[in-house]
Amino acid sequence: MDYTILVGGAAGQGLDTFANIMEKIIKRCGYHVFTYRDYMSRVRGGHNFVQIRFSDKEIYSFKDKLDLILALNKESYILHKERLKADGVIISHEELDEERHIKLPIDEIKKKIKNHKVLNTVGMGVILKYFGLPLNTGREVLESVIRKKYIEDNIIALTEGYNLIESKYELPVEKDEKIIINGNNALALGAIAAGCKLYCGYPMTPSTSLLTYISSKSNEMGIVVDQVEDEIAALNMALGASYAGVRAMTASSGGGFALMVEALSFAGILEVPIVIVNAQRVGPATGMATRTEQSDLRFVIHAGHGEFPRMVIALRDPEDAFYQTARAFNIADKYQIPVIILTDLYLADYSKTIKPFDYNRISIKRYIDREVKGKYKKYEITDSGISKRIIPGKIEGQIVIGDSHEHDEYGHITEDPDLRTEMVLKRMRKLEGLKEELEEPWLIGDKEPEYLIVCWGSTYGAVKEAVDRLNEEGISVGALVFGDIWPFPTKQLMNIGEKAKAIIDVEQNATAQLDSIIREETPFEADYKILKFNGRPFNGDEVYNRIKSIFNEK
Amino acid sequence: MTCKYELYEPAWCPGCGNYMIRTALKMALEELEIKPHEVVIVSGIGQAAKMPHYISVNGFNGLHGRAIPPAIGVKMANKELHVIVESGDGDTYGEGGNHFIHGIRRNIDIAHFVHNNQIYGLTKGQASPTTAMGQITTLQFDGVKVEPLNPLALALTMGAGFVARGFSGDIPHLVALMKEAIKYKGYALVDILQPCVVWNRVNTFSWYKNRVYHLPESYDYTNKEEAMKKALEFGDRIPIGVIYKEEKETYLDRFDFIKNGPPLVDVELNPLDAEKLLEEFR
Ligand SMILES: Cc1ncc(C[n+]2csc(CCOP(=O)(O)OP(=O)(O)O)c2C)c(N)n1
Ligand code: SF4
Ligand SMILES: [Mg+2]
Repeated sequence: MDYTILVGGAAGQGLDTFANIMEKIIKRCGYHVFTYRDYMSRVRGGHNFVQIRFSDKEIYSFKDKLDLILALNKESYILHKERLKADGVIISHEELDEERHIKLPIDEIKKKIKNHKVLNTVGMGVILKYFGLPLNTGREVLESVIRKKYIEDNIIALTEGYNLIESKYELPVEKDEKIIINGNNALALGAIAAGCKLYCGYPMTPSTSLLTYISSKSNEMGIVVDQVEDEIAALNMALGASYAGVRAMTASSGGGFALMVEALSFAGILEVPIVIVNAQRVGPATGMATRTEQSDLRFVIHAGHGEFPRMVIALRDPEDAFYQTARAFNIADKYQIPVIILTDLYLADYSKTIKPFDYNRISIKRYIDREVKGKYKKYEITDSGISKRIIPGKIEGQIVIGDSHEHDEYGHITEDPDLRTEMVLKRMRKLEGLKEELEEPWLIGDKEPEYLIVCWGSTYGAVKEAVDRLNEEGISVGALVFGDIWPFPTKQLMNIGEKAKAIIDVEQNATAQLDSIIREETPFEADYKILKFNGRPFNGDEVYNRIKSIFNEK
Repeated sequence: MTCKYELYEPAWCPGCGNYMIRTALKMALEELEIKPHEVVIVSGIGQAAKMPHYISVNGFNGLHGRAIPPAIGVKMANKELHVIVESGDGDTYGEGGNHFIHGIRRNIDIAHFVHNNQIYGLTKGQASPTTAMGQITTLQFDGVKVEPLNPLALALTMGAGFVARGFSGDIPHLVALMKEAIKYKGYALVDILQPCVVWNRVNTFSWYKNRVYHLPESYDYTNKEEAMKKALEFGDRIPIGVIYKEEKETYLDRFDFIKNGPPLVDVELNPLDAEKLLEEFR
């Protein structure tokens, strides 16, 4: 079983709340859920929609075909009716010339409910009944998430909806032990678990929800959240806090990250740990604020003047977002480097059911020294390139000098040519250790595939579903899904790439940025490129179809 | 451990006002009996901003214009540190103008000493935001064509709780100002007039010397209107001293967990403490 519900309407019609409650109700009935959100960059009007897909098996992407449309306005019907399955149904209060339409008697229901803001909840009741899911679960979820004074009206609306139609399906209810979470909330939870104590940022979609979520936990978790004057302040402030010993993070999207670039370079020479998130959206410049893309890979790898070591981790799904973010803090602390987390609007916003995070798997390693012999050298030249770290103010008689100039081992300005050379080499030596602990990409599908897909970050889910389908058809396909992406891990690719007949690159950008890195770092290059940069995410169906069309062309 | 500060050989020009400011800073810190490891000097880039390299304290020598954000970060991370920002007029009012304005709005407990030589010293004599209209510089060949910025008046309108002006040529007075600024709970701005003997041939030592005067004992620094008048007085006579002072709630006092808890840097980190946040996603 695998069903998709689409809810469409205008901005301001309460789609977000609807989706958040509906996905939770279905999850509580024991199903795997995947919710894809498609929003326009406006506060009122326009057309937004949410697709809630659920199944008794784990799902990783959204579907093209729909089983049910809940149309909060006529436009939602017109825009999506082509995708409705022949045996699907459309629920709306609008007059529609459509056989599959179940009309909501909205005027009658309005008479029974005082607060007309809860009318969307009628739709929830209808959906539950349609699939034969229990009214009770709906009620429980509403009671747990809705503010008290609105509960009663919501329950009436839910029940009204439930009583309106006959069930088409009788779906069983299973035990539910999962959580449902989107990429940004998972990322935020990872940062909080890792002990991030200062988060500063400036609102910019799709990073804003990180700022909002962490701010909502500020008092409870003792985290300072500062809405700074600009992204330049954000990174500089986070660096100050990290220098003084706390774990700090900042996030933005491409435009805000661009403003951080001078400070990113500073972080490189300052040798203070920092975690920076770039939640990509469509560029260049303002681009499309609520649309997704993976076009900042090359940018974040090279951003910053001068040469310095950094690490870039691309997040692949909400689970990965949690664990990798926590890991990013340890790596930043260990090497005293900037670690950049790359996510994107699609992953930031889609939510998925997963196993609850295992907090016992999170370790916090600070690499801070509590004593030093002799006069402290912040930039002591060592074999590993890593110098001892102490915290200013914590050891009497010792001072810590962090500097943006080239400096000597104590942190004082130097123009000495030999020392300069030594310092560059010291910093770059950190990469040797870092490369040893890189995580190789996930290998999915065939372990020795004829056709090797390469992709990174949020395209994982779509590629995974495509690979599974192709494997079921007996086609030898596998995929390497990069998470750690800079320094670039090459071991897996070197092994598997050698034996593959062809390499297929799947990316959400126009210039095949991963492929260009592969060409730079390995003897391989993609034979086929499946690229998309219209602002809409890939899903499993599309990747499957586009791979099939490669086969058909041959 | 004593509260003695070592000085290191600076790369400033002989006769530069920065030497006096450093002397005053050392005296202020020693007289306040603050130990070197308890102080962090945060600076940007410029002649003034080299200060953390020339005196034995914790230093954070950041980017041009960007001294205030990391200073705020340091103070938020460890409220027990004495945080001092040392920066030039270009650093603070030009490249870093936005941070200056918004830093004031926070009122975080930082002492900010601006070495105002009314010129870009390090980059060889271009106009700064405080260079007078019409002044000929190494870049403005027919004179500066934009109005100067008045830092004290700007700080007052932004609601700064401690606004003062000093002069590098009056060390005892400057030491007293610095001590008061460091002790002040909140953001304290001290704009310090400082001759640049190489690039500013207009605002020389004697130019300042002939104009500055101490605010009289009778001056009421709690009166904002009077303070605004004094802030605007910059011509034949220039008042020095505390122009405005008021007690205000500081930024960190608005965070209960910082106000009533240990410094953030001392909080024990345990991932399991955060596990409860999972509940809302179940
Ligand atoms: C982003 C950036 N822009 C420009 C510079 C060059 N620069 C360094 S210091 C400075 C001006 C210094 O003037 P001020 O802040 O008044 O300090 P002073 O040298 O006079 O003490 C400039 C323009 C720089 N280092 N970084
Ligand atoms: S250039 Fe001016 S400000 Fe800089 S050290 Fe020389 S005299 Fe001082
Ligand atoms: Mg200057």
